[in-house]
Amino acid sequence: MKNILEMRNITKEFPGVKALDNVNFQVKEGEIHCLVGENGAGKSTLMKVLSGVYPHGNYDGDIVLNGEVQKFARINDSEKKGIAIIYQELALVPEMSVYENIFLGHEFHKKGIVNWHSTRVEAIKMLEKVNLSVHPSTKVIDLGVGVQQLIEIAKALSKDVKLLILDEPTASLNEDDSENLLKLLKDLKKEGVTSIMISHKLKEVIAIADTVTVLRDGKTICSLDASKGEVVEKDIIKYMVGREINDIFPKRENKKFGDVLLEVKDWSAFDKNLGRHVVKNVNFNIREGEIVGIAGLMGAGRTEFAHSIFGNMKEYGLTGEIFIKGKPVKHNHPSDAIKNGLAYVSEDRKGDGLILIQDVKQNITLANLNKIAKRTVIDKHEEVIVAEGFRQSLNIKTPSIEQKVNNLSGGNQQKVAIGKWLFVEPNVLILDEPTRGIDVGAKYEIYTLMNELIAKGMSVIMISSELPEVLGMSDRVYVMAEGKLTGELPIEEATQEKIMEMATL
Amino acid sequence: MFKELRAALSENIRDYGMYIALAVIMVIFTVLTDGLFLTPRVLSDLIDMTGYIAVLSVGMTLVIVIRHIDLSVGYVAGFLGAISAILSFKLGWSIWVIIPATLALGAMIGMFWTGTLVARLKVPAFVATLAAMTIFRGLLIKVTNSETIFTGNEAFNAIGNGYIPDIAKVDGFHILTIIIGVLAVLAFVFMEIRNRKKLIQYKLRVSSMPMFIIKLAFVASVVMFFIFKLASFKGLSWTAIIVGVVVFIYNFITKNTTLGRHIYAVGGNPEAAELSGISVKFITYVVFASMGMLAALSGILFTARLQSATPTAGMGFELDAIAGAFVGGTSASGGVGKVTGSIIGALVMASLSKGMDLMNVGVSYQYIIRGLVLVVAVIFDVQTRNMKSKKA
Ligand SMILES: Nc1ncnc2c1ncn2[C@@H]1O[C@H](COP(=O)(O)OP(=O)(O)OP(=O)(O)O)[C@@H](O)[C@H]1O
Ligand SMILES: [Mg+2]
Repeated sequence: MKNILEMRNITKEFPGVKALDNVNFQVKEGEIHCLVGENGAGKSTLMKVLSGVYPHGNYDGDIVLNGEVQKFARINDSEKKGIAIIYQELALVPEMSVYENIFLGHEFHKKGIVNWHSTRVEAIKMLEKVNLSVHPSTKVIDLGVGVQQLIEIAKALSKDVKLLILDEPTASLNEDDSENLLKLLKDLKKEGVTSIMISHKLKEVIAIADTVTVLRDGKTICSLDASKGEVVEKDIIKYMVGREINDIFPKRENKKFGDVLLEVKDWSAFDKNLGRHVVKNVNFNIREGEIVGIAGLMGAGRTEFAHSIFGNMKEYGLTGEIFIKGKPVKHNHPSDAIKNGLAYVSEDRKGDGLILIQDVKQNITLANLNKIAKRTVIDKHEEVIVAEGFRQSLNIKTPSIEQKVNNLSGGNQQKVAIGKWLFVEPNVLILDEPTRGIDVGAKYEIYTLMNELIAKGMSVIMISSELPEVLGMSDRVYVMAEGKLTGELPIEEATQEKIMEMATL
Repeated sequence: MFKELRAALSENIRDYGMYIALAVIMVIFTVLTDGLFLTPRVLSDLIDMTGYIAVLSVGMTLVIVIRHIDLSVGYVAGFLGAISAILSFKLGWSIWVIIPATLALGAMIGMFWTGTLVARLKVPAFVATLAAMTIFRGLLIKVTNSETIFTGNEAFNAIGNGYIPDIAKVDGFHILTIIIGVLAVLAFVFMEIRNRKKLIQYKLRVSSMPMFIIKLAFVASVVMFFIFKLASFKGLSWTAIIVGVVVFIYNFITKNTTLGRHIYAVGGNPEAAELSGISVKFITYVVFASMGMLAALSGILFTARLQSATPTAGMGFELDAIAGAFVGGTSASGGVGKVTGSIIGALVMASLSKGMDLMNVGVSYQYIIRGLVLVVAVIFDVQTRNMKSKKA
């Protein structure tokens, strides 16, 4: 089969970082090609070069599409050639309807007057292609992330796409939605659409890929062919991190649980904007030295539960009690929760986790500035030492701690977010989807870190949609569905099936 | 080394842009007015007429950084200026009482009116302050009774017109001014060197030694040039000293304190700031209270300058202050902006007015040109920002 795309000797430098170093990348027509590699390996950058986000002249090397050298000056140019890229952060307009979103930017119009009728008809066709049964007039804001992802794809299809690029499309999807999406990619393949997918979920890579290309430190390491049986998890990991990793979850020596550290009784949160309860009558506790997992589907109220006990009340009406070491406490603001030893690593690092326009060190110290300040005057040199310390201990890949967080790769942003909350020195660390978008090596590092923390007597609450992780790391599992706790399982009794059953109650 | 200079300039063009703009404007007007623009008398006057706008620009910078705007500052300044004149003339209070009382009143207006509306009741700042603008316009007319009120107090007027006393006069130079200038330059050099040492110690990026020396020498000579100009006239004015102190304090707070860091965090991402334990509400109150206090200071400076309060005082100040902040590189999307930048921005706008006045350019053209300069400055800001993110 011929190559639809060849990227030859691509080199791309940012101040202080060589993100791509003579990368060669070939994609055959009609295949599903997965691109894998550690955080910061350069995957996203390579795709941004391909789609014209970084215009011609901004990088070295050649992009050859169907045998022709391309010089894209803008994203529009690559779109005209049938390339569509779907970023991890969805780019839909929340207040607009599904059909408006699908044809946003290339509306059916005559002299600038939109023909809404054919827009709607065409939108329905596109939705059929992606197997979606939502009404085209629904506002995007009312739909789940999984559906939104499919709408993004419908949007790409409406532009007559030949080469579809997806950057970590399943990172924030639950298992059902992920499967849906992978199935769709296979269907599209039958229709002749070539896909390039970036993913850290090796299971799905193995399930779907015809070819896997591994990047490491900005270089192509190898291309593995599925038809030759080369796509094997162990090998992929080895090529990705440059060494073998045998256990995905680090072992834990002698578990020792102390007293109950945090207890929540009859906890309910009423969302005044939505006009309904997002958390209902939750009873929850965690002991010193314990990792408690909270499993459930997207929208089960796990994040809302975390926000509400963390004092981020937004528009919530709250009832119930919180006890820390047996003493009742009230968290009217996150600062109260922080004072009482809680820390919350948000699931949405770009939305409410980090300040993207500020640098690594400012983000790390933000939640505990007083610790490096004397009479409110910040000791900037102390700040550098603190940030440098976390950069090393968490292995954050950045040219300098003065780099804007915006310029870090997704996984390294996550490490900054974790570092920020470790600096608070909490007793209870709440991790909301801690390994979303994180490579296998870094996942292992984060799991190891969790074990180290509990060994010191800290407690870790881990909200996660990845069941293997919940099962692999927790000492106890709570399951939530529709705002309610639907089950509690000691780890010995927990299985994927039981959890799924409780989660879909 | 030229290469490094070029690289440094192009990399930090956003930071240096407005200094270059200011220099260009000054040079152009100096040429066009046959040197009149750079005479000590004109410079001295330029500083005094920038003063009352500059302090507003400082406060406005923080307001814009936290993604709000304050349209009321002009008439609040006018109103509080009138109050201070009344306190001085009718009640005969000393300025040592008038100044703190007026500043406190200003802070209270910012806190209880704007702060409550914006932070508590979630009214958009644009609307809340638009309402305040009309209200204080009315109050100003009311308290002045549509008449001009003289302050009738020498000490008060000196704030806007007077100069610092001298200890000795040598060759017609104002010695205290020169001493202050030299001390300021020495302090600057000392801090820069200390900072550089620390940066090297922590292996962070620094410019090369020759570049560093060039920069220090350049800043020092520019400052001393202006100091000598002023010293050959009547020395530093009280306005210059007051603005200097305000800038120093605000610069320190924004750069070195937890409060400053919290303000920029709220501007950069309010949700993330809130989750980090920072009360967005509290910061909003603080920033508007500071704005109100600086509006009061602006009113005092302006009243002192005119030696009286008028029923139309403060008209349009808010626009000049906002323009100063934007020209000075404050970003309209929040989270970015420097107090020092805004001062330069205010100086750019004032230099334009002063220069055009000297050239007898008609008022109509003055407004048009100032508007165009504002747009150019913002285009420059937006473009260089895009350039950076594209390159990066
Ligand atoms: N705009 C930028 N400015 C500076 N450095 C950047 C920028 N974008 C990316 N980088 C750097 O380039 C390298 C590659 O980043 P990239 O985002 O391509 O990684 P990735 O493979 O997609 O990682 P992840 O799996 O974490 O998303 C990283 O070291 C990153 O810090
Ligand atoms: Mg990426």
